[in-house]
Amino acid sequence: MELNRLTVQQLSELLEKKEVSSLEITQDYLNRIKRIDSDLQAFVTLTEAEALAQAKLIDEKRARGEDLSSLAGIPMAVQDNICTGGVKTTCASKMLNNYIPPTDATAIARLKKAGSILIGKTNLDEFGMGSSTENSAFFTTKNPYDSTYVAGGAGGGSAAAVAAGEAAFALGSDLGGDIRQPAAFCGVIGFKPTFGYVPKTGLISSASSLDQLGAFSRDMTDMALVLNTICGHDAYDSTSAVVDVPDFRESLINDVKGLKIGLPKEYFAAGVDSKVATKLQEAIKILESLGASCVEVSLPHTKYAVTAHYIISCAEASSNLARYDGVRFGQRVEGEDVLSLFMKTRGQGFGEEVKRRILLGTHVLSTAQYDEYYTEALKVRTLNKEDFAQAFEKVDCLLTPATLTTAYKRGEMTGNPLAMYRSDVCAIPASLAGLPAMSLPFGLVDQMPVGLQLIARHFEDKTLLRVGYALEQNTDQTRLKPSLARG
Amino acid sequence: MNITEKDMERLSLQSRLELTPEEKAAYTKSLEESLDYMNSLKELDLSTTEPASVVLPITNVFREDVPQAGMDKELVFANAPEEEEGTFKVPRII
Repeated sequence: MELNRLTVQQLSELLEKKEVSSLEITQDYLNRIKRIDSDLQAFVTLTEAEALAQAKLIDEKRARGEDLSSLAGIPMAVQDNICTGGVKTTCASKMLNNYIPPTDATAIARLKKAGSILIGKTNLDEFGMGSSTENSAFFTTKNPYDSTYVAGGAGGGSAAAVAAGEAAFALGSDLGGDIRQPAAFCGVIGFKPTFGYVPKTGLISSASSLDQLGAFSRDMTDMALVLNTICGHDAYDSTSAVVDVPDFRESLINDVKGLKIGLPKEYFAAGVDSKVATKLQEAIKILESLGASCVEVSLPHTKYAVTAHYIISCAEASSNLARYDGVRFGQRVEGEDVLSLFMKTRGQGFGEEVKRRILLGTHVLSTAQYDEYYTEALKVRTLNKEDFAQAFEKVDCLLTPATLTTAYKRGEMTGNPLAMYRSDVCAIPASLAGLPAMSLPFGLVDQMPVGLQLIARHFEDKTLLRVGYALEQNTDQTRLKPSLARG
Repeated sequence: MNITEKDMERLSLQSRLELTPEEKAAYTKSLEESLDYMNSLKELDLSTTEPASVVLPITNVFREDVPQAGMDKELVFANAPEEEEGTFKVPRII
C-alpha cells in the first residue's frame, strides 16, 4: 500500500480499523524522505528518532482504547520559522542555525496534543523573504514536478514535502503569498486563514501585521481537520482574535447553489499566462454548472496594494529583526566593542535579501521619510480594505489566479528581487487586508500545476472550504500527482 | 530617488549591519530602484484617507494579570552565545 499517497482522513480510518499502525505510517514517510529528499531538499532537519518514539506512543494509546483525534499518529512537516521545542528552528538563516527553541509554538502544541507526529522541519526563504526558497541560507528546494523549476516560496519546503508524499500535511506561514504561491507551484492546497484566527505565538516574526500561520494539505477534508486543531484564541498572542471557531468539517458540502463568486478584473488583467487563464475558465464553468453565479468585480487599488505591502513588510521586518544581535541567541561574531559585535554579527549572519529589506525598512521608517512612505502605505491599506469591502457587498467570495504563471525555472528570477516580489500580485492584497485566502490546484499546464485562489470575508474561511470541496467533488483536476511521485 | 554615500553610511549604522564597499554599492542601486517603485503611491490622492495599521477590529488582547511561573533560567540561557553567572556576557561597554 502506498501509505504516503493517502490523505490524512484515509490514514486515520486505517489507523482506527487497526489495519495499519502509526509506526508503520511514520516509517513509510521516513523511508520516502530518505529515498527522495537528497534531490528534492524540502527538509532542513529530520526528527526521525522523536517521530518514531511518538508514533509508538500513539499506537500504545490506541491499543489501550483511548479516544484519539483524526490527526493522531499522522506525520506532519513544519516550516522552519515555527518554533518546535527542543528541535532546531533556523528560519533558514545562518543567524539562527544553532537556535533550539525552549517551547513549542501554540499551533504546534495543539497539533501535538491532537497526536500529530513532527517528522521534520522544512526549508524556506531566509526569514520568509522570497518567493522561491532560493534565498534560503542552506539550499534551494526543487519542484516535485520538475527539479529544474522552483518550488515557490517562502514556504517551498512545506509545499514540496506535501506534494511529494514526504508528509501528510504541513504548516507554514503566509505574509504575502508564502503559503499560497508555493502550494500553487507544487500542486497542493495552501490555506492562509483570517488574520488572528491561528495564534502566532512561536511563529518567528517577520512582519507582525501581516504574518499568519496556515497549512498545506492534499485535500479539503484534511485542511478542515488541521484548521479545526490550530484555529482559536490564545492569550499569549495579542493579535489573536477572540472569536468562536466553527467545526470546519461542516463546510465540506458539495453545494455551491446560489453562491455569488466575484472575478476581480484587475487580477485577470495583471498579466496572467493565457494557458493559466484558460484553466481558470474551466473552473468557473464547473462552479456555474453547479449553480454558482460568477460576476466580474473591481478592486481598483490592487496595483497600489502590492506597493504598500512592500513598504509595510520591509518596515516591520527591519524592526522585528532588530532582536538578532548576537547576545541572547543565534550566531555571534566577536567585535572589539558592543557596537562592532552587533554590526559584524548582523552583517555576516543575515543573507543578501534580508539585509536589503532591513535597509529598505530602516530607510522608510527614518524621520525624514516616514510620512512619505510608511504613512502613505498605511493609507493605501485602508483603500485596499475598502476595495474588498465593496466587492463583498456583491459577492460571497472571490476567485482569482493564485499566481500569474506556473512555476518558473530556478535562477530565472534571481538578481531581480523586485520583479520576484511583484509577481506575487495575486496573493498580496488579501494579506494586506487580513482576509482568508486559499490556493488550490486546478490541473496542469505544460506538465506544471496551476493554482486557483479563493478569497473570502474575514472569518468566512469556511466559504473557501465549501467552494474548494465542491470543486474537488466534481472534477479530478484538484488531485494532482507529481512526476516524482509517479516514478 | 537618490541614495547618497552618506545615506548608505547612516542606514548601515542604524540597521547595525556592517557592509562591504561592494555591498554598499549594490544596495544603493537596489534601494534606489525599490524607492522609485514605492513612489508610485504618489499617483494617488491620499489627503483624506485615514491610515490603517491593522485591518481587523482587534485591540490589544491581554491575558488575566495573574502571576505565572517564568521560564527556567537554564532554558533562558541555553541559546546564549556567552553567559556568565546568570547574565548575558557582552564586550566591555564603559
